[in-house]
Amino acid sequence: MTHRRGRLVWLLAVAFLLAALACGVTVGASGLGPGEVFRVLVDQLPGVHAGGAVDPVDRAVLLQIRLPRVLLAALVGALLAVAGAGYQGVFRNPLVDSSMLGSSAGAGLGATVAIVAGAAGLAVPAAAFAGALAAVALALAAGSVGRTSTSTLLLAGVAVGLFFSAAQTFVLQGATRSLQEVYAWLLGSLAGADWTHLAQPLPYAVVGTAVVLAHARRLDVLAVGEEEAASLGLHPARIRLLVVCGATLAAAAAVAVSGLIGFVGIVVPHAVRRLAGVSHVRVLPLSMLVGAGFLVLADTLARTVLAPAELPIGVVTAALGSPLFVWILRTTRSGGAS
Amino acid sequence: MTLRAEGVRAALDGTEVLHGVDCQVPDGGWLAVIGPNGAGKSTLLRALAGLLPLAAGRIALDGEDPARMRRRERARRLAYVPQAPVMPAELTVEEYVLLGRTPYLGPLAAPGASDRAAAGEAMERLRLTGLTRRRLTTLSGGERQRAALARALAQRPRLLLLDEPTSALDVGHQQQVLGLVDELRADGGPAVVSTLHDLTTAGQYADRLVLMAAGEVAAEGPAEKVLTEQLIHRVYGARVEVARDSTGRPVVIPVRAP
Repeated sequence: MTHRRGRLVWLLAVAFLLAALACGVTVGASGLGPGEVFRVLVDQLPGVHAGGAVDPVDRAVLLQIRLPRVLLAALVGALLAVAGAGYQGVFRNPLVDSSMLGSSAGAGLGATVAIVAGAAGLAVPAAAFAGALAAVALALAAGSVGRTSTSTLLLAGVAVGLFFSAAQTFVLQGATRSLQEVYAWLLGSLAGADWTHLAQPLPYAVVGTAVVLAHARRLDVLAVGEEEAASLGLHPARIRLLVVCGATLAAAAAVAVSGLIGFVGIVVPHAVRRLAGVSHVRVLPLSMLVGAGFLVLADTLARTVLAPAELPIGVVTAALGSPLFVWILRTTRSGGAS
Repeated sequence: MTLRAEGVRAALDGTEVLHGVDCQVPDGGWLAVIGPNGAGKSTLLRALAGLLPLAAGRIALDGEDPARMRRRERARRLAYVPQAPVMPAELTVEEYVLLGRTPYLGPLAAPGASDRAAAGEAMERLRLTGLTRRRLTTLSGGERQRAALARALAQRPRLLLLDEPTSALDVGHQQQVLGLVDELRADGGPAVVSTLHDLTTAGQYADRLVLMAAGEVAAEGPAEKVLTEQLIHRVYGARVEVARDSTGRPVVIPVRAP
């Protein structure tokens, strides 16, 4: 990768995110044109008065509904993508994502229990968050008995995931009247996002992301394998544990506020690796930018295709992601090295 | 830098493969570990590198046990090149050699000018200067081996542990690689411990040999003492004649049974 090409990829990623954000805040069910949207947003900057004559209802829709939703989509997309890329770096497998150690199943169980118990508001995300972390903690405990090989850990994650899914099915079976609400959550949605939804996951998002990004270079060194990495002065097992914990925290923060949104964590890092090479120093931050833009676009589609009804965003990412993924796989000779 | 191992016992997957091995390397020395397949040569090397817990015995690198050193500190003092180093397909030679600077980089730091200089010097020493931007996958066997050595050298170690550095190479490239290692050592570079399966080569480059058999030391000393027909027959079950080359070093010639 030359420096010039490296810089171009960064510019492209930033431009993609900005374009997606612009698209996200201007497209939608209100009477505001792009120029008015721009004026209202600029007016929010301290010391700037560019508001002009804008209908207060439209203005409120933009600032209280659409803007937090777009930003939440960007946050969730960035988190899912960086968590996926982190997991792929740990397991040296491009088909792994942050749901692999049972966090999705755990979040699903948490949310289901909360919804069935009649919880509302922020109790559901909190329960989903706790469920995701509990599942991964269990997988780590089960998978690191004896020797810590990554395949043992993955198998433990699969086992924990199956167990939590079974538990969720059991809970759901006894509460069929909550079925629709639970499914709506499981399929993922950013509807009803407001500024609190954005603030709640932020601390976990920042800590988790920071931990993952801080290990970018060391994840690259792990490419030479366990023993050689150890001979170069690293603790591979410790690095893997920290990255898994950081990525899990970031992903759980995202899942808690958005439900289960698939494909972002696999497709986005994969596309980034195709453009920018495999070094985590580039892949991790670029995945955040591209993941944010991707999910903003997906959410824009989700709320406009069937307007005034909404598609679940998980359906949109899967519908966009699967063909994209197949295309990437078919155009990659090596099948995508990690 | 001196390395001393005493009574080293170590197990792989619960089976003891080293049954009390003694060896030592003085500053600037080259010790070759020879012996039949399965004698425990690679295991000894990994134990010396601090990568294998010992069941008994002690290893001292300037008085310190490598297995108990902080890993970063250890990686600055000794470098280990396994028999088949992992060569990530996507890396260029320069990126790969820069991995050798890992023990000198802070958690968040990118390789800086001094790291690039160290990697550049290592590549120059190993005649890789024209290949720095080539992908590892495009290298020949000899070039790959030199790239692995350059990575080890970029660690600026005082001790170089090489597991079969020439096993995949033809005779010309064997001599090239071993000659480069010897050149480094002679220039005040690291002491060397290497396993070598070719007995004649071992005697030509190393200044001492350790002959291992079934996890124990069968003989230790200079080539003339270790490379004898009787010892080789006893340890390898091989029929050989030992001749002398023009410099007086032993040459081991396999002989077919009459």
